[in-house]
Amino acid sequence: MENLSVLIEAPILLVQLVVGGILIGAIFALVAYGMALVWGVMKIINIAQGEFVMLGGYVVFYLSRAGIPPLAGVPIAAVVMYCVGLALYRIVIFRVVGRDMFTSILATFGISILLQQLANQIFSADIRTVPSTLPSLLFAGGLVTIPEIKLVSFAAALLVGFALIVFLRQTRLGRAIRATAQNDRAARVLGVDTDHVYAMTFAINCAICGAAGGLVAMTWFVQPYLGLTYTLRSFMIVIAAGLGNVPGVIVAGAGLGVVEEAAGFVLGAEYQTAFIFVLLILILIGRNLALARQRRYLK
Amino acid sequence: MTANRIRLAATFAAVLAAGIAQTAVGADDEIVLGAADSLTGKYSVNGKNTQDGYNLAAQVINDKGGVKVGNKHYKLRIVYYDDESTSARGAQLVERLITQDHVNFVLGPYSSALTKAIAPITEKYKVPMVEGNGADRALFMQGYKYMFAVLNTSDYYLRAAVTILADETKKAGRDPKSLKIAIAIENDNFSQDVRDGVIEDAKKYGMKVVIDDKLPADLNDMSSTLTKVKALKPDALFISGHEKGAVLGIRQVAAEKVYVPMLALTHCDSAQITEKFGKDADYAFCGSQWDPSLTYTDRWFGNPQKYTELFKKTFNYEPPYQAAESTAAVEVFADAIERAGSLDREKVRDALAKTNLMTFYGPVKFDSTGKNTAKSMVMYQVQHEKYVVVAPAKWATAKPIFPAPTWAKREAATTVGAK
Repeated sequence: MENLSVLIEAPILLVQLVVGGILIGAIFALVAYGMALVWGVMKIINIAQGEFVMLGGYVVFYLSRAGIPPLAGVPIAAVVMYCVGLALYRIVIFRVVGRDMFTSILATFGISILLQQLANQIFSADIRTVPSTLPSLLFAGGLVTIPEIKLVSFAAALLVGFALIVFLRQTRLGRAIRATAQNDRAARVLGVDTDHVYAMTFAINCAICGAAGGLVAMTWFVQPYLGLTYTLRSFMIVIAAGLGNVPGVIVAGAGLGVVEEAAGFVLGAEYQTAFIFVLLILILIGRNLALARQRRYLK
Repeated sequence: MTANRIRLAATFAAVLAAGIAQTAVGADDEIVLGAADSLTGKYSVNGKNTQDGYNLAAQVINDKGGVKVGNKHYKLRIVYYDDESTSARGAQLVERLITQDHVNFVLGPYSSALTKAIAPITEKYKVPMVEGNGADRALFMQGYKYMFAVLNTSDYYLRAAVTILADETKKAGRDPKSLKIAIAIENDNFSQDVRDGVIEDAKKYGMKVVIDDKLPADLNDMSSTLTKVKALKPDALFISGHEKGAVLGIRQVAAEKVYVPMLALTHCDSAQITEKFGKDADYAFCGSQWDPSLTYTDRWFGNPQKYTELFKKTFNYEPPYQAAESTAAVEVFADAIERAGSLDREKVRDALAKTNLMTFYGPVKFDSTGKNTAKSMVMYQVQHEKYVVVAPAKWATAKPIFPAPTWAKREAATTVGAK
């Protein structure tokens, strides 16, 4: 509790924790959009989500080695991962759409292990970093620092979220995706090519993860085994925000980031992850109670 | 029908068994060493260093005629399995190396955690193991008789940094008792032991530990710890978390502009922090088992410089100490087998216990618990984007710079330099 008193004495640090947390949460939110999309439309929980992030990171890493500035590499990573997503859909994912959820979990779990090991073989297990070349902003005499790359990530998360909403509402494909999410059979009856919708959904998810991966490589590092962190965090954000709720994903992502930072500060880093999962369980219990009450009303 | 099937199965099993037997038992002019190594998983960077170190040793020893036992020359062959950086798998695989592959001796895995998992197995089957990558002190408190380690225990990694901190403070006319230190480690055997070493020495000087964070295993971010550092302003920050810890430490301390007079780390060289971060890595202190600039002599490789040259030529990267200590482990086996004049496991064990060998990695002499008591650690500091040895005094090539300049001063210096 010593740490708590530090926080009370210097409340400016709270600003650092909140701002830092929101900015970290933005990257998680980015990954979570994709997961919510695939989950909502295809009824697939994609365990390989984190591995797509990892691959996106490697794309930006190799591009920056070839002399392309990392920030320019991020959209390229999205395009590359879009193609990877399309290929994965055509090879594996189309076989598990519409099957039991357990089958798709197994399939994507398999993909995740495969991608990890392939990355280990091809890129080696060395920890890679991409220089962000962006400075840090200092406030309050250095007590609050914001690396600009985190601001960029935050902006990217908002931008992608906004683009996603517009895309789903305004475009033909977007409407087809929403229709398929609501009722795939009815969509098919009305002439929607659901196979195409699934392929696009999965590829868009991969593209989003690819962009997130590029930002991760500039903020932290890439390594073949970094996927699980992102899969778990995005899973949790989606659970908390609910499917098909893009603003909710941003809020949940930012909230997760802030709570995680604060828990790390007050309780110590060893309880950081544990605290998050305790919170998840509490959210689920709370949800369950709320739902049970609704069920009672229905009777 | 069933009889046929059974016969078929039996034939298949027999063929399989014959196949295994062939690959397992070495040719009669071969000594087979077995190693479960972390080729995938969280330790895979250092796992590869370990494998490269073992392979280079075997290659050079074989090229120079092999190991002489009596009047016969034996070639070394190493059988590897991938333990996926998990303890349970490591233990299984070593049991398989011993019972199915019938290896003569066992080489250690990478990391203290894996060594801890494997040592009970080699003890059970009474197979000598020489390891170069399990440094946790607890390993040497179990009364193991067949385990020998060529490296210094992990509590020594950053002790020298505490000494430098105290000495420099005294020189500046301040009492070391007034010092505050912060520790952030990955929650594993190795780093726990690094932490214990730091805390023991810090207590001796009366320093106060103000932050003692244990980072989660899926360590991806340490900004909340760094915020605490900003708040409590310790005089030194000690970070230990293998490569990830070193990379995150340097990257985030620089990005968040966190100022500490001393930043001390482990695994700097294998994480390649100077290559990755350039000036941002400056002034960091790094504990290391070995350095290419040391002046030891060696029967197989000549000296550390020649070893480094050959290693770079073979694997295309500078050998980190993890590779060097792995090479040394194979050398220790070669020496003990020659002195034992036999491949008998008991005789080799007794010869190992009496080892008194000089290698390019340093002198090797085991105490009764199996740890090397002859060698000392080195402490680097990154100065002008290069590692220089600052302790122990015997090999120091530069004086430590403490306290490190503030970020504002460092940036001003960069701009002046750029002009």
